[in-house]
Amino acid sequence: MSAVLKAPLTVEFPFTRSLGPVQSAFLTGLRERVILGVRTGDGRTLVPPVEYDPVTAEEIRDLVEVAPTGTVTTWAWNHAPRRGQPLTTPFAWVLVRLDGADTALLHALDAPGPDAVHTGMRVRVRWAGERTGAITDIACFEPYDAERAEPTGHSGEFVDAVTGIVAPARLDYTYSPGRATTGYLHALAGRRMVGERCPSCRKVYVPPRGACPTCGVATAEQVEVGPGGTVTTFCIVNIKAKNLDIEVPYVYAHIALDGAGLALHGRIAGIPYDQVRMGLRVEPVWTEGGRYPDHYRPTGEPDAAYDTYKELL
Amino acid sequence: MSKEPVAVIGVGQTKHVAARRDVSIAGLVREAARRALDDAELTWADIDAVVIGKAPDFFEGVMMPELYLADALGAVGKPMMRVHTAGSVGGSTALVAASLVAARVHGTVLTLAFEKQSESNAMWGLSLPIPFQQPLLAGAGGFFAPHVRAYMRRSGAPDTVGSLVAYKNRRNALKNPYAHLHEHDITLEKVQASPMLWDPIRYSETCPSSDGACAMVLTDRAGAARAPRPAAWMHGGAMRSEPTLFAGKDCVSPRAGRDCAADVYRQAGIADPRRDIDAVEMYVPFSWYEPMWLENLGFAAEGEGWKLTESGVTELDGDLPVDMSGGVLSTNPIGASGMIRFAEAALQVRGLAGEHQVDGARRVLGHAYGGGSQFFAMWLVGAEPPTS
Repeated sequence: MSAVLKAPLTVEFPFTRSLGPVQSAFLTGLRERVILGVRTGDGRTLVPPVEYDPVTAEEIRDLVEVAPTGTVTTWAWNHAPRRGQPLTTPFAWVLVRLDGADTALLHALDAPGPDAVHTGMRVRVRWAGERTGAITDIACFEPYDAERAEPTGHSGEFVDAVTGIVAPARLDYTYSPGRATTGYLHALAGRRMVGERCPSCRKVYVPPRGACPTCGVATAEQVEVGPGGTVTTFCIVNIKAKNLDIEVPYVYAHIALDGAGLALHGRIAGIPYDQVRMGLRVEPVWTEGGRYPDHYRPTGEPDAAYDTYKELL
Repeated sequence: MSKEPVAVIGVGQTKHVAARRDVSIAGLVREAARRALDDAELTWADIDAVVIGKAPDFFEGVMMPELYLADALGAVGKPMMRVHTAGSVGGSTALVAASLVAARVHGTVLTLAFEKQSESNAMWGLSLPIPFQQPLLAGAGGFFAPHVRAYMRRSGAPDTVGSLVAYKNRRNALKNPYAHLHEHDITLEKVQASPMLWDPIRYSETCPSSDGACAMVLTDRAGAARAPRPAAWMHGGAMRSEPTLFAGKDCVSPRAGRDCAADVYRQAGIADPRRDIDAVEMYVPFSWYEPMWLENLGFAAEGEGWKLTESGVTELDGDLPVDMSGGVLSTNPIGASGMIRFAEAALQVRGLAGEHQVDGARRVLGHAYGGGSQFFAMWLVGAEPPTS
């Protein structure tokens, strides 16, 4: 058996976030080098601030400025920073209780090594040169032995407040389609469609999945299907899909290849789109270098009777 | 020992809109939860547990929202859990919450579902390019449109039925202050003249993309006795699942949907749903799914569902009103859409549905589905407590 295929898969999206009043003030404050917390009903100051009191669940909006200096409450050394982390050289993840706050903020501490970090050490904010209203406006924390800085008593009101941010998310996978799909892809390379038959219900899965979802048993027996097939149903696509270089209108169809237990999906061409019909007999059209058939075209055979494919709808 | 009867004593939702840029996700869910508590005249301290649901994480990029939202929902120090069943999640979430009351694990449970579609991209989330796989050739509408064509062939329904559903639901939405689309100048001609996107589905026969949240307070008999307004009583609830695609799947009338409805009717003692149920709030993201689900849920024989729609039976003043709220066709914060269906069923039997109230609604079905017609969740609620 040939080696199972693998390929990188990156899932990435720039999600937007509306901030609401409290996070808006907090992030706008960072842009202006002001650190805001929020005061709870029992008089504690939470930094970073939250919209709702963790104890009473009441809405809280009483913003108070705290100092840009504080104390490390605990830490962990990061030997190998990854992409997107605050510093590119090894650093300490720290929880810092800023002077005037009752809770600690997670951030990075720039220090020469783990021996230079300890719980209880004094630190201060190192501001980023260019600030946009994001947590990264604090470039990191740095060791600081001088007097505590005093807040200016900022009201939390800002001109031109930040109301939203972009939060990019990215996940990197190594994707493997598994044994059954790998076999299917190898057969496709020879322009053959090969599925697998369930040993229990005898239905043929194309593409094969390695198991029958109805019977819950592994499939192994390879069965070549097609190349002819029947259009079981379809729609006419009139709006251009992103990243697809197909002129509209085109026909997106479910095609039951001869011998297959269920339909697969493909585009129908070689016939005006408004003449495609359920029961149309089709065959794959391959193009040089294409992994899958580029589309399916009419074979010229008479249409299949509805009764022959109605169970496949 | 029999199950504890479950009552809905609070319903809250946000005014659903295209984009709620004024609030965070926490602010959005808070608004719906607060309204549900107000309806029940309860405070955060009266809630024993919180059960929340949302659409798949990549729809809006919030992983484990129960961690971030615990403060906003007063869940600190209480059990909180999340339910995850694609588009049906709002229904499944309510059923999980109900099971906690029915099992006497908790007396009063807050359940909530939400979605901020404006901060995400569901179409992208549904079509991640997977290595070696054939690219998808159509979006969500393209996925469901061939099943609609198959239904039309199977039932012989005239191609005018889809527009009738959209026209009805958009008019119902005008009576619902929380609905997203309020198309005051809607006419049947406008629906029929809207562009064909994925033939046979027209633009006006598709759902919008919404930001919104929906919450309910569920409680036991003792809680219902203290409630200031009438309760909706759960008479049956069930979930069923099946694969997206498998050999033998009926994509027009999935078996999981039929089995789920049958289970609910058995629990509720419904012999003939068409006769015994007064109204249905079902999950219809594309208008043709109304006649399709009418058959799947047993309100019409196979091939006959479109006749109920065409003859006006499913109109707000018809014999079996469907989607009184305006439905998913008028409001679609995906993660919340299932719960909005369940909540509308509850409002109807409580007599609190306002302008879209169905006179004499005593037993109403709430229905949700999700994924590629593979997850189903339903409940039947009544104005009276269950007798057994």
